[in-house]
Amino acid sequence: MNNSIAKEKIVSLRKKRSLEDMRFKYYGFTAMCLSLAVLVFLLYTIFSKGYTAFQKTIVLLEVDYNQEVLKLTPDSSDEDMEKGKFFRVKKQAIENFFPDLSKSDIKLVKKLFSINVDKEIKDYFLDNPEVINTKQQIWVTAHSDVDQLLKGNSRRDVPEDRRKLNDIQLSYVDQLVEENRVKQVFNNFFFTKADSRHPEIAGVAGSFMGSLFTLFTVFILSFPIAIGASVYLEEFAPKNRITELIEVNISNLAAVPSIVFGLLGLGVLLNVFGLPRSTPLVGGSVLALMTLPTIIIACRASLKAVPPSIKEGALAVGATKTQAVFHHVVPLALPGTLTGTIIGLAQALGETAPLIMIGMIAFIPNIPTGLTEPSAALPVQIYLWVESAERGFQEKSAAAIMVILIFLFMMNAIAVFLRNRFERKW
Amino acid sequence: MFFWSLVLIAVGIFSSFIYGRSRIKLNSKKQGTKSKSLPNYYAQYVLMWCLFPALIVYFSWAIFQEQIIQNIVISNFEYIEGAVYNEGLLLAEIRNVANNPSFADGKSIEIINAASHYSSLRQISQISFYTSIIIIMLLGALYASQKLKPEFHAQHTIEKYIQYILIFCSSVAIFTTIGIVFSLIFESLRFFAEVSIFEFLFSTEWYPFIPIREGQTAAEGSFGAVPIFAGTFLVMVVAMCVAAPLGLLTAIYLAEYASQRVRKIVKPLLEILAGIPTIVYGFFAFVSVAPFVKAFGQSIGIDASPTSALAAGMVMGVMIIPFISSLSDDVINSVPQNLREASLGIGANKAETIKKVILPAALPGIVGAFLLAISRAIGETMIVVVAAGTAPNLTGNPFENVTTVTVQIVVALIGDQEFDNPRTLSAFALGLVLFVITLFLNIIALQIVKRYRERYE
Repeated sequence: MNNSIAKEKIVSLRKKRSLEDMRFKYYGFTAMCLSLAVLVFLLYTIFSKGYTAFQKTIVLLEVDYNQEVLKLTPDSSDEDMEKGKFFRVKKQAIENFFPDLSKSDIKLVKKLFSINVDKEIKDYFLDNPEVINTKQQIWVTAHSDVDQLLKGNSRRDVPEDRRKLNDIQLSYVDQLVEENRVKQVFNNFFFTKADSRHPEIAGVAGSFMGSLFTLFTVFILSFPIAIGASVYLEEFAPKNRITELIEVNISNLAAVPSIVFGLLGLGVLLNVFGLPRSTPLVGGSVLALMTLPTIIIACRASLKAVPPSIKEGALAVGATKTQAVFHHVVPLALPGTLTGTIIGLAQALGETAPLIMIGMIAFIPNIPTGLTEPSAALPVQIYLWVESAERGFQEKSAAAIMVILIFLFMMNAIAVFLRNRFERKW
Repeated sequence: MFFWSLVLIAVGIFSSFIYGRSRIKLNSKKQGTKSKSLPNYYAQYVLMWCLFPALIVYFSWAIFQEQIIQNIVISNFEYIEGAVYNEGLLLAEIRNVANNPSFADGKSIEIINAASHYSSLRQISQISFYTSIIIIMLLGALYASQKLKPEFHAQHTIEKYIQYILIFCSSVAIFTTIGIVFSLIFESLRFFAEVSIFEFLFSTEWYPFIPIREGQTAAEGSFGAVPIFAGTFLVMVVAMCVAAPLGLLTAIYLAEYASQRVRKIVKPLLEILAGIPTIVYGFFAFVSVAPFVKAFGQSIGIDASPTSALAAGMVMGVMIIPFISSLSDDVINSVPQNLREASLGIGANKAETIKKVILPAALPGIVGAFLLAISRAIGETMIVVVAAGTAPNLTGNPFENVTTVTVQIVVALIGDQEFDNPRTLSAFALGLVLFVITLFLNIIALQIVKRYRERYE
């Protein structure tokens, strides 16, 4: 009798314990799935908000290149053509955009077009000068408000005073859609233009080039210094206080918040040395100092992975220590150090706060061509667009995030490729 | 200037190398003895003497040229009696006129004079820059070529030089730290000359006054950083509430339960999470999480602001999940296998083994990981800049808008940076606090982890 009760107790206890075991495992599994679900949700958010930015809305506009209005003749020189009165042509085209427009209506219609339309009308003419005195149907860029409406990013059921487009403009847009005078095409501006106050002609080309120049600076500065430092610490450094200090220093520097490096750049590079503000040169220097610990740690690991027998073999046949290290150990560790450097560069690419500190947040509407020219950088550009109140910039920021993520993905793929292709297993 | 001087230096490198090589061969032939080192070492010797002095000149020129020219221009500027000048604006104007003669229209005569002075100084500087680089390179090569005798041990010298270069490379980290500490302390001292340190650390009012115009201020500001510290702490707590359980449980699952295949898939995915730039998390917080938190707050009757500590903290928590999980994973894996086997051997099941044996054994390491994660969370900038808000608010309610140390640093330094008012300087004082706290957390965490490793090795 007692025996069976005890047995029952044991069985139920065991059941309870194994249930507990199951539950614990389930907790772990759920935690893991939740973390991954957030990753999926994050990527989904970015994609769903951003994919529309790769398209732009264009409107069919009938332009009359009348020579009187343009103040040109068919045999004007190229220089004169540059100075043609294209804004008058545009004004006329907009006045005749719909039949019988009143003055106030014309104002409303004008707001359906991008500020870039003048330039598009001009460029079309300069490309085909023979169209003078003819009427041409040209597809021109629509205003961001129209673009956002047709993409469904801004809603039409909110009250009129909280909408960018009023009821009359909405009816115009509907009419355009009905007459097939509006369509969506690939947004080349996004990849060929720099930042702009107007969402429809803002692009990532400027900030992308800025990021490339910055990364170039980071690479030039940090790769040699990191290799030098790690070779010294791994192969030559005597075991003493100073070496220990350097090592502690590097591991602590790796955990200093990035914004503090920005303050360093501002306080020392800009204020003491007087380097030019907002330039990839300064941004790259700051990021190089920031990523240096990461790269040094990776380089040391790959130097450590080279078996000592290689060095000892070289020493045994009479090489000096410097020869043994630089002729034998370093070349074998090079793929590993390159991998580490690329990972460090990937970290530098996404860093925003230090660049804000040294002024790369300034509005720069042109594409930089050198290290000492003011420029933007991709992550800062994203920040600027996220903070912008204009609705059209939100999809731009998501699309710019896609660009930066693809960039990062490619860098990591190169790193993995290098590791798999060249790394030796001893 | 940048490009051509690089070309110049490259030519110098190339020719000095060739010169050194042929010269030592000639010399040893003349004396009829073999040189003590290979010819290439002599060539390298000449090259180093040609290159490094020139590089030093190059960099010091690049750094100091502009400042020296500006000082000369300003000190020679013909001030008009009674007029008030802002040195920075004046300089910018002079530079503009000098770079773009078309801006000269309508500018006063003394500015045009100063601009022409400025451009002539720049020209002099350029010419003397090139001549001095060439002279320095020649002098270096000349000095080195005197030593090119067969009995000279070039290899020893070169190896000594290489040692110096390597030591310089490793000391860059030390210079960086010194630079950080000095720039933070120097500017903070300027700040504390105007604001008392007690007010900064203990007062609860943060209204940095904003200079409306030069020399004019809206009101006297007050710089009590307590609400900022409180906001930072609140966001950090929210982040850790998300990251600690999720990260730790993920690490336990991956280390103890998951099959090799699952580990192989999940670990790189978590690394992706770790590699996403923080501004992307900021976007995510701003676009998805913050509206959700607001709607959630309204549904349970709390008036949530559009940017809240909860939204920023939650997303920050997601950001540090991979950080905690990979560190804890390492720690759990380094618990010796025999502890596990002993526990399983006396009949404990897996969950009991983990809870009663492995976690207590791994506790110091896990605490270290958490401390590192906390320091990460405190120093994180972009998520809070985008999603937490900029107004200081002393509150414990995570649905409200709070601000953090990093946000205030960014806010103080965006826009005009005049280094003569406490508002700008406050960024450095806050940066100093941030630096000290994160350094302190790191040192403790690294100590704990190190001691823990030693116990099991």
